[in-house]
Amino acid sequence: MIRIEKLHKSYPMGKDSLHVLKGINLHIKEGEFVSIMGSSGSGKSTLLNIVGLLDEHDEGNYFLNGQLIKNLNEKKAALLRNKFLGFVFQSFNLISYKTALENVALPLYYKGMNRKERLKVALDYLDKVGLKDWANHLPNELSGGQKQRVAIARALVTKPKVVLADEPTGALDSITSDSVMDLLKDINNEGMTVFVITHEEEVAAQTKRIVRLKDGLIISDELTKAVKAAKAV
Amino acid sequence: MKFLFDSDTWQEIYGSIRKNKVRTIITIIGVLWGIFLLVVLLGAARGMENGFNKLFGNFATNSVFVWTQSTDTPFKGFQKGRRFSLNTNDIESLKSEYSKEIRLLAPRNQTNNLVVHNFKSGDFKVSGDYPVLDQIQKKKLIYGRFLNKNDILSIAKVAVISEDMYKRLFDKNVMPIGEYIKINAINYKVIGVYEPSNTIDFDGDTAYIPFSTYKKVYNTANKIDWMMITAHEGTNIEQMEKDILLTLKNLHKVHPDDERAFGSVNLGKEIGKVTGFLTGMQFLTWFVGIATLIAGVFAIGNILLITVKERTKEIGIRRALGATPKSIRQQIILESVFLTTVAGMLGIIFGALVLFFIDWKFGQGEDAALVNPTVDIPIILIAFVTLVILGTLIGLIPAHMATVVKPIEALREE
Repeated sequence: MIRIEKLHKSYPMGKDSLHVLKGINLHIKEGEFVSIMGSSGSGKSTLLNIVGLLDEHDEGNYFLNGQLIKNLNEKKAALLRNKFLGFVFQSFNLISYKTALENVALPLYYKGMNRKERLKVALDYLDKVGLKDWANHLPNELSGGQKQRVAIARALVTKPKVVLADEPTGALDSITSDSVMDLLKDINNEGMTVFVITHEEEVAAQTKRIVRLKDGLIISDELTKAVKAAKAV
Repeated sequence: MKFLFDSDTWQEIYGSIRKNKVRTIITIIGVLWGIFLLVVLLGAARGMENGFNKLFGNFATNSVFVWTQSTDTPFKGFQKGRRFSLNTNDIESLKSEYSKEIRLLAPRNQTNNLVVHNFKSGDFKVSGDYPVLDQIQKKKLIYGRFLNKNDILSIAKVAVISEDMYKRLFDKNVMPIGEYIKINAINYKVIGVYEPSNTIDFDGDTAYIPFSTYKKVYNTANKIDWMMITAHEGTNIEQMEKDILLTLKNLHKVHPDDERAFGSVNLGKEIGKVTGFLTGMQFLTWFVGIATLIAGVFAIGNILLITVKERTKEIGIRRALGATPKSIRQQIILESVFLTTVAGMLGIIFGALVLFFIDWKFGQGEDAALVNPTVDIPIILIAFVTLVILGTLIGLIPAHMATVVKPIEALREE
């Protein structure tokens, strides 16, 4: 699903440049539940942005769903994002003047679905995350956990290949964090590839594979204990 | 163009406009004010122009008036300061010499006299005139008729009086026609009553009597006080004025360079000055109006630019969700076009209302300052379309800015 070979990325900082990713090799197969761990500055967010086509890499190859990503113009990138990727952000990134339902329906608008149909689909997904009754509330009327669940519904509504979550529990307390992680697990169990970035061990432990980054390089890549145990049986 | 008729597009625009009320209102006011001022200024200028035109309306504007004063140069044995009069021979000479140029010529004699009817009286102007006067200076008659050729030939003792004179000399509900008034102890039969002129008028309240009668009663012989000359269409009036004066100087043995002997007024020239003023005012109006419009458009651009900065994050989210740069651009441009259109239309409506008010308040009655203040629809349409196009172009700048940044940079914006 996602194949990354010798990926480099640096940001210009005045005269110098900051080398963030120093040759990453990563292969994520369909249906995996992967977490990227690392302290701040390790390059994990940059990696997610590149995987999410929100940023461009400098060197190396990136294949998304078997397609080489190179010299994408913004229009193609937008179409690919809409078709293959769903985003969940730490700060939710809901549009403040749209209701939960309209927020969830927005990706379908850019897909070209008509209003009636997309509101119906969006409501189904809100139901799936347990927020059907909150459909007509504005984001500022929702709690943090509810907001994140709306965001997850929005990420799922286009039936993407991969869900990319950037610190999805970063702004939540531990109880709501667990419910959000449960939701992501459910999604993964239905066969969706989920790609989570986090610096919390407890969150990472709930995924199936942990990739650790440090200073722009992968230092470890292993299955979680639960998965190992399940395999051993 | 499909997106234009897509209810979703408008739903999005409605959402963002409704959410940003202050921004929307300020934008609308900016444009509204511009087009409103343009409409009102142009309308007021037009009203003023119409007012002037009305002022000159009943008068043949290609007219020259000539009278005599006293000479300022000795000539052919005459001392300077000689006084002399125009006479009926001059009229015949001018008529034959300038038959191509002169359309109408009205010789006039005027004096002031006490006018009496029964026990009422008043001091009024009395004027000996030919029927041709009615063509140069149109009289609106309430009762009866103006002087005619028969009155002149029969030296009839008849008079045409003004409405004001009628009110002052007659009791209410008395029909003046056929009644007799006494001027200078001679009875005249009233044959007509005319309305006071609300345009330029050199006579005021005057009793018009036949020229021939005046000549006999006041014993003026061939003398004429002054004359009004109206030229044919297309005649160079200034040249005609010069030529006529030269001819008259020759007839009356006045030095050709004598500046004082004849007084003359060229009505066309005087009106030309006013028209020039009006043209200048119109130019100023346009200048101010267009400048205001441009200022309005810049206001929109400015606000949109701020908006885009404010909305960078939202645009980033939209792009992460799969919005193409084209769709973002379309939305912002459509928003600005929509706002300018609505504001422009409101401006036109309010402008029209104000013009309507001006017309109602200042445009009615005889001495209205602004007559029928209107604006041509094509002019407004052009201004309107220009505004919308400029609005679009200005809207393009922030729209472009919103799409060139990488989505991740837009998302990072807090």
